[in-house]
Amino acid sequence: MMDVAVIGAGVVGALIARELSRYQLDVCMLEKADDVAMGTSKANSAIVHAGFDCQPGSVMAKMNVRGNAMMDQLARELSVPFKRNGSMVLAFGEEDNGTLQTLLDRGIQNGVPGVEIVSGDRARELEPNISGNVTAALVAPSGGIVCPYELTIAAAGNAMDNGVRLYTGFEVVSADFADGVWTLVSAAGDQVEARYVVNAAGLFSDRVAVLLGDTEYHLFPRRGEYLLLDRDQGQMVSHTIFQCPSAMGKGILVTPTVDGNLLLGPTSENREDREDTETTADGLATVARLAAKSVPAVNLRAVITSFTGLRSCSPGHDFVIESSKNQPQLVEITGIESPGLSSAPAIAEYAVSLLKEMGLALDEKADFNPIRRPIPRFREMDIEQRRALIQEDARFGQIICRCETVTEGEIVRALHQNPPAHDLDGVKRRTRTGMGRCNGGFCTPQAVEIIARELGIPVEQVTKCGGDSRLLVGKTKEGGQDA
Amino acid sequence: MREISAEMERELVVIGGGPAGLAAAIAAAENGVAVDDILILEREPELGGILLQCIHSGFGLHRFGEELTGPEYAARFSKKVVEMGIPSLLSTMVLTLHQMEDGCKEITAVSSAHGLIRLKARAVVLAMGCRERGRGALNIPGTRPAGIYTAGAAQKFVNIKGFMPGRRVVILGSGDIGLIMARRMTLEGAKVEVVAELMPYSGGLSRNIQQCLRDFDIPLLLSHTITRIHGKERVTGVTISQVDEKRRPIPGSEQYFACDTVLLSCGLIPENELTRQAGIPLDPVTGGAVVGENRETEMAGVFAAGNVLHVHDLVDFVSAEAELAGAGAARWLAEGDGEEFKLPIHPQGIIRYVVPQTVSLPAKEDVRLFFRVGEVVDKAAVIVENGGKVLYKGMRPRLLPGEMESVTIKAAALAGTEGGQLTVRLEKR
Repeated sequence: MMDVAVIGAGVVGALIARELSRYQLDVCMLEKADDVAMGTSKANSAIVHAGFDCQPGSVMAKMNVRGNAMMDQLARELSVPFKRNGSMVLAFGEEDNGTLQTLLDRGIQNGVPGVEIVSGDRARELEPNISGNVTAALVAPSGGIVCPYELTIAAAGNAMDNGVRLYTGFEVVSADFADGVWTLVSAAGDQVEARYVVNAAGLFSDRVAVLLGDTEYHLFPRRGEYLLLDRDQGQMVSHTIFQCPSAMGKGILVTPTVDGNLLLGPTSENREDREDTETTADGLATVARLAAKSVPAVNLRAVITSFTGLRSCSPGHDFVIESSKNQPQLVEITGIESPGLSSAPAIAEYAVSLLKEMGLALDEKADFNPIRRPIPRFREMDIEQRRALIQEDARFGQIICRCETVTEGEIVRALHQNPPAHDLDGVKRRTRTGMGRCNGGFCTPQAVEIIARELGIPVEQVTKCGGDSRLLVGKTKEGGQDA
Repeated sequence: MREISAEMERELVVIGGGPAGLAAAIAAAENGVAVDDILILEREPELGGILLQCIHSGFGLHRFGEELTGPEYAARFSKKVVEMGIPSLLSTMVLTLHQMEDGCKEITAVSSAHGLIRLKARAVVLAMGCRERGRGALNIPGTRPAGIYTAGAAQKFVNIKGFMPGRRVVILGSGDIGLIMARRMTLEGAKVEVVAELMPYSGGLSRNIQQCLRDFDIPLLLSHTITRIHGKERVTGVTISQVDEKRRPIPGSEQYFACDTVLLSCGLIPENELTRQAGIPLDPVTGGAVVGENRETEMAGVFAAGNVLHVHDLVDFVSAEAELAGAGAARWLAEGDGEEFKLPIHPQGIIRYVVPQTVSLPAKEDVRLFFRVGEVVDKAAVIVENGGKVLYKGMRPRLLPGEMESVTIKAAALAGTEGGQLTVRLEKR
């Protein structure tokens, strides 16, 4: 019997689990995918927003500003790269001035520190590569960047190090409350019993809510396509560069990432399909065109990859974080669209306070360790650190991914350290293996062998991302069956 | 062999132990560099480079007058390196390359066996080869399932690791590796449905079109590209569209091909991250360093050869180029840079690039200029001029983008030139 079951191991679920791991509680995360951070947390703009976009007084505004302020300490404890690079919203002509003023007013009301409007020339001093057509800009120094899946992996890993259990491949298909206990059943027929349940199922939280007995939530996915550029473009801007927002979101941004790449996107398109992460020619062309409006010098030949993310929008466009109106011992979290990543630490804190209000006893654990031991990053070390690491384990001397300078030692750690990777994409998200300019052309054969060896499975059973995503179909000249 | 330690000094370090690095090291030793003063750094556990996975034949026709497989061709050089006693470090990855204040180059490299090594070298030959353009750089829309590989990655799985990446294959791009893999996958029992090529001509050698596609009845669709990849977990098919003269997909021309694998053979990119890091100027068209006739880059004492310099079709020419670089490095170590004047060479019109990009005057020897055209050209004269003076004029029946061309300028013809530039152009008949 669990004290708390958290449904969904995205950034919100993982941070809730980590928050709960401070206390003397049995906690589990139930995740339908093969890994954590597989939904909205995997593919988004990777921005820690300052908080000037949100309607004053909204849940979103409160969570965003609070979450932003919590990010420094959280990132430090989890060893996740986080940088306050500042955000800038560009105006192209007088018609945008009103929007900038609205954002400034909201920023001030929301308590965003240091937000101001500057002239076009001042904006170009700060960011020499932005367009000559920029007439003014809003600057918010507290805006930042973080890698969303890295934050999720680190939070889930730290929670697990502190005793939380992670069940992957656990898609909740039915839920029942009786005698003060929730029973959650997976598609495979496994059961988990828990006194309290937190629904942090992201894009599917409205459907999970129905299973739990709450029918009033409705989400719609909003697709966003992105282009990721090579590191030689990463210095193009230092701030996160936005255009003026519209009803469809915050517009196309141009931003450096914490890993030194340049990210362009997203488009914004409402669609029914909640799993449609295809990229489209039109979408990618739109991203390229609109990004060039902000930063004309962006070299689109340096594109490394493209991807689509799905945001979980609600009709009211505000976060819902509440005790269930219909069911006991249940917290519902839904509608976590942008700025969900920025808000996640505050959402987690608030969700746990709701559990406490419901009667969950929060007795601190003496041995809670907030510090996560990260996978060493060979590429970021100096010569002496590298020597010491190789001395300790010679596998850190074997480079597997040459584009991103990832060693065998890092891949091995990714396969064994909480939360362990099970597949090639899991290794990639934890170590950046195959994330460079060759798209894994050189390292995939070696990485696949290391995964098979460490997991004790045949090479042919290694998958890209779980399920039927096998990378290889068999051995060559297999007993003449091909003849 | 001199002891390997964490801090070392060498006269010449060769980065890369593929065909270019091996030939350069041999040529350097043959031109007077003591073998103990040379060190080859190779990231793979064996010398030979990408040739080791090229198990088909057809290598060495120009150089040896016989058809060798890739590993056989590589072995001719790696054996010689071993026989001559030229030392190499295997499974060793070079991480950084910088010029030091005294003009020497500092290289850091890493391996499991020796840990982190810091090397001081007077001269360096860059021979890191090239990589394939991947799905990301090609920006192919669609889903992101398993089953999408570059042709070279698939070749490594099949030829070296012994695994099949798929059974029903569509190939995008008609580069030579893709053509070779169309045949290899067929021989291994897979069905290659089609090869789609964006351009109106193939990027590969004519002989490979014949021997790898036509001989196996594999269709080649020119002016076609993949406009959508299907499949959630594993590839289930692709949509292929015809493109117009501006390479834009033509609506209504979509065809669906069921497959479980997509192989990409859409061009090779010289791997010049180290070169860039060292601050050595690159030619934006070749993607390789700007070099003189001895393949010295704009950084004194640093030479480059093979596919890191510009992508070759035939390894025979890689070896020959690397010998120029190796001999050049030996001469530079003995004599340093001379007081020569560097005459720039400029491609014009549909000639995309020329290597070398400069030639030193006064010329001591004949200089061979290698170039590629940007489109198929029938019956044209190649003309090399200096000012108004024609130094070379020769007819070509047909020039193809997929086949590198060359002209040789006699030292005597160069003797009369004093300044300005060399231009290389085509005159169509």
